[in-house]
Amino acid sequence: MENVDYMKLIYSFHQEMINYNFSLVYEGEITHQITKAFTSLAENKMDSYSEDISMKKKVFHVMVECLQNLSKHSEEHELRGRLGDSSGNGIFIVGRLGDNNEEYHVITGNPVDKNKVPDLKALLEKINQLDKEGLKELFKKQMREGSLSDKGGAGLGLIDIARKTGEKLEYHFHDMDDTNSFFLLRTKISRKIE
Amino acid sequence: MDVIKIKGSDDTPNVILDAENNIIEFSGRSLPEDVVTFYAPVIQWIEEYAKSPNLKTTVIFRLEYFNTASSKILLDILLKFEDIMKEGHEILIHWYYQEDDEDMQEAGEEYSEIVDIPFEMYSY
Repeated sequence: MENVDYMKLIYSFHQEMINYNFSLVYEGEITHQITKAFTSLAENKMDSYSEDISMKKKVFHVMVECLQNLSKHSEEHELRGRLGDSSGNGIFIVGRLGDNNEEYHVITGNPVDKNKVPDLKALLEKINQLDKEGLKELFKKQMREGSLSDKGGAGLGLIDIARKTGEKLEYHFHDMDDTNSFFLLRTKISRKIE
Repeated sequence: MDVIKIKGSDDTPNVILDAENNIIEFSGRSLPEDVVTFYAPVIQWIEEYAKSPNLKTTVIFRLEYFNTASSKILLDILLKFEDIMKEGHEILIHWYYQEDDEDMQEAGEEYSEIVDIPFEMYSY
């Protein structure tokens, strides 16, 4: 690519971030250190405009669970990379929306093995059909019956995100190639709930 | 029995496991990088404690935040104490939550519904 085109790309990238109010965009491996850095960055930022405490807690909570999902994926990805898979790592975005910035969006995207898509879809649909009480029961059931995987996943993250935000999970699967789908998840954290 | 005292950090809780002084307490934040490894010595200690527990054991939880991976381990810990209670020993859970922290209050209530141990809830 020509140097000028490249610089223009950076500029338009910057403009897009502003247009969409993205305050954080990251592509790459998610480690524990990165999780800590991003969450404390968000906490400091929210402190700087005196965000209310329950909103802060919700954003923190959702970020931790989303980043944890991505970091589990990162480890899988590393393994697949050694087997010649070049589907890329995950993307993590935090945005602030609404006329009065009353809404936060946490967006994750990562390639998943197509074989895993039906189960994941089924879980997402199940979560979205349940009300507050139903989600509570599902969480309790999963906590009792689920077991922790080596990476510490307990299958609780998505359920918990839906409970803490009181919003439906917005998701999309984008076909990448024969073996991978790109799984996009958008979580809204809105001040209007309660 | 050995005393375990773990000083907390921004992602790991303070833990005190002291049979002689009858103090079992978890406080702070729990989102360790590897929950299984972090809590392994805690689980091990409780299993050892179960062999000759005090007549009455109060387990204190004063957590500000824990992630879902930790929530599963906390249930495992509570179930270990439930086993001790089933052996005929007295167990009591003191669950603390910040006054306006409904999530933490609810988390305590949910645990009390799952395990068969008396819970006392305290706001601070």
